[in-house]
Amino acid sequence: MERRRFVKKLLAFVIPGGILGVILKPSTAKAKDYDATKHYYGMGIQVNKCIGCGRCVEACKDENGVSKEPFYFRTWVERYTIKKNNEVIVQNIDPRIEGIRESFGEREILRSFFVPKLCNQCDNPPCVQVCPVGATFKTDDGVVLVDENRCIGCRYCIQACPYGARYLNPVTETADKCTFCYHRITKGLLPACVEVCPTQARIFGDVRGSASPLTRFKRMNKLHVLKASLNTEPKVSYSGLDGEVR
Amino acid sequence: MKNFFPSIPEALKRLFVVLVVLVGGFLLVRFVLPASLKDSSLHVKSTVEREMERPIRYAGSDVCADCHDEYNVKQGGYHKNLSCETCHGTAREHSENPAEVKPNLPRMREFCVRCHAYNASRPTGFPQINPAAHNPLKPCIACHKPHDPPPPTVPHECQACHAEIARTKAVSPHIMLECTTCHKVPHEHKVTPRLVKATIPAEREFCGTCHGKGSEVKETPKIDLSTHGEKYLCWQCHYPHMPEVE
Repeated sequence: MERRRFVKKLLAFVIPGGILGVILKPSTAKAKDYDATKHYYGMGIQVNKCIGCGRCVEACKDENGVSKEPFYFRTWVERYTIKKNNEVIVQNIDPRIEGIRESFGEREILRSFFVPKLCNQCDNPPCVQVCPVGATFKTDDGVVLVDENRCIGCRYCIQACPYGARYLNPVTETADKCTFCYHRITKGLLPACVEVCPTQARIFGDVRGSASPLTRFKRMNKLHVLKASLNTEPKVSYSGLDGEVR
Repeated sequence: MKNFFPSIPEALKRLFVVLVVLVGGFLLVRFVLPASLKDSSLHVKSTVEREMERPIRYAGSDVCADCHDEYNVKQGGYHKNLSCETCHGTAREHSENPAEVKPNLPRMREFCVRCHAYNASRPTGFPQINPAAHNPLKPCIACHKPHDPPPPTVPHECQACHAEIARTKAVSPHIMLECTTCHKVPHEHKVTPRLVKATIPAEREFCGTCHGKGSEVKETPKIDLSTHGEKYLCWQCHYPHMPEVE
């Protein structure tokens, strides 16, 4: 009897649900003053301008409610130090600690610089390919988003991202990542990290736009993207990038 | 035939049922169900809307300019490219309720030092100080106006034009040396700087007056000019203005 009741309830759920799904087609008529198809966002990063103050990291956490713990980041800043013996040291700077304590003397440094990092919003995103439930996807304006209601927290995408840009949100226990501050850019504001950067190391704009700071950045600089060989086609491009940056 | 069926084990029959269900399910999803049922655009749309509705915390400088005159002061100074919220923190709530919610007013020395303390990884020429040596314990705002922060004394002599070198030298071991200690500057250089150049040391012996083995200047690193450096001039390997002189 138990099984029969179960099958009955299942049918009572599935059949009307299916009919509803056919009838209620996605309503595209709903008027919105923002048209995602008219935009395609990207970011430029000038490595030579980053002073490693970490204001972007703090602003990102404030704006998006990312946990303040020092291992959850939507954007972060790495410090690369190439020592005279060609050893490469990469440190993730913690904005709460003033300055960076290093375990080596200044005289051992050959060259050193900061590299801000964030989700590259790939045009060909590996994280989207691997998601078993289709919870992560690319929007019309080129931003990769996560549906936190659909995500099952399996961490596949976190493994798949070659840039380490994703983390598991400790509150929702779903995958979380940079959204280019989607709620800001769709209202014409800049992403929080770009807004607060004191040296304009980060430039945000429309990659297909005509005259814009991003277009100027792309025209005036020699550009590179991270891990170009993986064919992920990142929309975050770097100028002044050192060959040691991974 | 009658003999054949019972010869199949019971377990295999059940397995066959499972197989039929699986293949049937696949065919159902692949060919029978209408495309609208498998359409993911509804959940994509709801996620996009959810992301767009997230609260904004950084208001953007344009909002500040509506009420605060300091904005115009800032736009004329060295901090013109800084957003108000880089220092004052999130201001969206303040802009909606100016009387009750107040943004940060950082007055502590530690705040300015986060950007302006010397760090070997920072770009050359970015204004940096050594916080331990630069008027210790005195708040920065006692001398520098944060909205218009040129140094308390007007740049004069060499640093009026060579500010980048002057700022770098200021945190190097050569801080106590005048520019004219090493460079001979003819008066014409100040009139027609590109036609008449200041000199740069052309002999190894010049650096040797302080850094040579027999030098009487105390507490400088000493080398033997006859064996060190071969045919090169000192500054072809060492960077006299840089903090890491080596």
